[in-house]
Amino acid sequence: MNAWLTVWDLLPTLLLAAITTVEITIGAFIVAMLIGLLCAMLQTLGSRPLNALIGLYVDVFRAVPVLTQLFIIYFGLTEIGIRLDPLPAAIIGFGINGGAYLAEVFRAGILSVHQGQMEAAQMIGMTRLRALRIVILPQAMRVVLPPLANYAIGLLKDTSLAAAVAAPELMFRAKNLVDKTFLSTQIYLSVAVIYLAMSLPLSHLASLMEARLARGRQ
Amino acid sequence: MAEQATDGAADALVEIRGVDKVFGDTRVLGRVDLSVRAGEKVAIIGPSGSGKTTLLRCVAHLEKPTAGYVAIAGQRVGEKLVNGHWREMSDREIAQMRTGIGMVFQRFNLFPHLTALENVMLGPTRVLKRSRAEVEPLARDLLRKVGLAHKADDYPERLSGGQQQRVAIARSLAMQPKLMLFDEATSALDPELIGEVLNVMRDLARDGMTMLIVTHEMRFAEEVADRIVFMDHGRIVDEGPPGELFHAPSHPRTQAFLRAVLDRQTMADAS
Amino acid sequence: MSWQIFLDSLPELLEAALNTIKITCLAFLLASVLGLLLALARAAGGVVGRVARVYIEIVRGMPALTLLFLIYFGLVPMGIVLNSFVAAVVGLGLNGAAYLAEVYRSGIGAVASGQREAAQMIGLRRPQIMRHVILPQALPTVLPPMGNYAVSLLKDTSIASLISAPELMLRARDLAGTYYLPMDYYLLVGAMYLIMAWPMMRGVRALERHFARGRLQGGT
Repeated sequence: MNAWLTVWDLLPTLLLAAITTVEITIGAFIVAMLIGLLCAMLQTLGSRPLNALIGLYVDVFRAVPVLTQLFIIYFGLTEIGIRLDPLPAAIIGFGINGGAYLAEVFRAGILSVHQGQMEAAQMIGMTRLRALRIVILPQAMRVVLPPLANYAIGLLKDTSLAAAVAAPELMFRAKNLVDKTFLSTQIYLSVAVIYLAMSLPLSHLASLMEARLARGRQ
Repeated sequence: MAEQATDGAADALVEIRGVDKVFGDTRVLGRVDLSVRAGEKVAIIGPSGSGKTTLLRCVAHLEKPTAGYVAIAGQRVGEKLVNGHWREMSDREIAQMRTGIGMVFQRFNLFPHLTALENVMLGPTRVLKRSRAEVEPLARDLLRKVGLAHKADDYPERLSGGQQQRVAIARSLAMQPKLMLFDEATSALDPELIGEVLNVMRDLARDGMTMLIVTHEMRFAEEVADRIVFMDHGRIVDEGPPGELFHAPSHPRTQAFLRAVLDRQTMADAS
Repeated sequence: MSWQIFLDSLPELLEAALNTIKITCLAFLLASVLGLLLALARAAGGVVGRVARVYIEIVRGMPALTLLFLIYFGLVPMGIVLNSFVAAVVGLGLNGAAYLAEVYRSGIGAVASGQREAAQMIGLRRPQIMRHVILPQALPTVLPPMGNYAVSLLKDTSIASLISAPELMLRARDLAGTYYLPMDYYLLVGAMYLIMAWPMMRGVRALERHFARGRLQGGT
């Protein structure tokens, strides 16, 4: 019981670290969204060589563990003189990795919109790019939102790996505290609860959106 | 910019010259030539798979002709002359060119996330960059013209097929096109909804719009068109004024087609 | 990286890659079996069903790394000391079971309820219905996501390096530190993961296409 009291005292430290977890998640999510959208739009509008290049990016970054990618960015780049702080390294690493995943998600969303929509937009004088932005993407969002929410949940959990590049997030702080107090059971259980408190509302939201989408289709 | 396509008739708004279209191994269009004068209404008829729709899509440059070209008001559609060679226009230039062409699709293709009014206003506001305040009264006028002033704020899913198609026509007209293309505009409609769309097209014809109409509605074609073009197997087989083509067709294939179609329509009317 | 160093470290890396594959296979086996049990428990309902549901929600809501740390470090104060290899297999397996349970559930749900009723009407009992009627039909819905899971499991084994399980990523960290060639070694193991994952990804894609075609022909 005494041990739990100690953990109670450590809780503020953990919660503070959870804020860093959220920061990494949001930062990486934005980077991934931008990359994913850009790739999907380029693939829709672009030329064959460009498509092949994007396809390669998507496949390669989805086939290699995100931890390896993080290590390349954080440790690997130092070999060529580029030294990133843990936080930006984590955001960039997860962002590029997530971009590959979201590129596929957005592409599937764009493909789900009927080709006639593009043609009708073109016939009122829109360029393909503008048609994509104004007509296609808003419609694609319906299909894209649930996987986007699921990606956000996965990302939130994956940011725990940033501990390995010393980003001061939840898992990293927890490990430090365990090293000091040896209360591994209590501290890691508390960490699990904190992750649950963040991810469960998100997954609830995701299943709500999925249900709405399924209803809309009927 | 204004490269004159000199070999056409002087007063032709649309010139189609030697247009071929090949998809894979299939030749869909073979050396099609056709001119349409300003203000003229031309109906294109023919069995399905005869290339009518593809020809219309070539005029809109939704398909790129494999050979030959289409010119509108003396300007080639989708191509420009660069150092003596015809090159594909940029997406932006093609888009600019299409502002002068309206197209009505078989499947309406209204934007489902926008209301009827927003559908009509989208082109003028987002492409022509005119202010909403300026465009809205015009858009409402157009909706009134197609008889849908009261549906302005409804989303497409709440409209019948006929209403959707009328909004689609208003959406095209909002760009003030010189030419309107109709691609089987009534084929996807239930029979009782066809009339309301044809009425709108009839009004448009009366206002002097240049129209290129792909249709299966023979009676409407006869009534509205100045000229009927009969296509079969990707070629123009026969053309002439409606009275001649419908009532005294000289070409045997036209005769066979009309016999088959009119039989079916008479039977449909009788039932 | 000089070729000599590269050649010297290759046997070590290949051995570590073999361990990565071992962890992947064992964790996959554990996740498949446990996941099926969880899915069946959920379908059964009652207290068992509720327990299964809570397990799935909790495990899916926390990072695999947290689960790994709980098993490897968190059990020590209770006197349970697992070696890192076993902890990795158990942790990744428990984590995957929650995921696969959901996959199985949607697969079972995709089979029309008429099938169950028809099976009942010819007198099959519930376990028989599950085995002979529902599961075979659920396969097309279940196999592609299972393949995707196998791919991500292969990649996730890399996090076992953080509890010092002797797999590819840990060996790469050692070597990168020893020779101070982080870029070279991490790119190298990145390529090794790619070589392992790529054929799997192709396979999953082929599987998806295969079943998509079957569904079109079969109608619904």
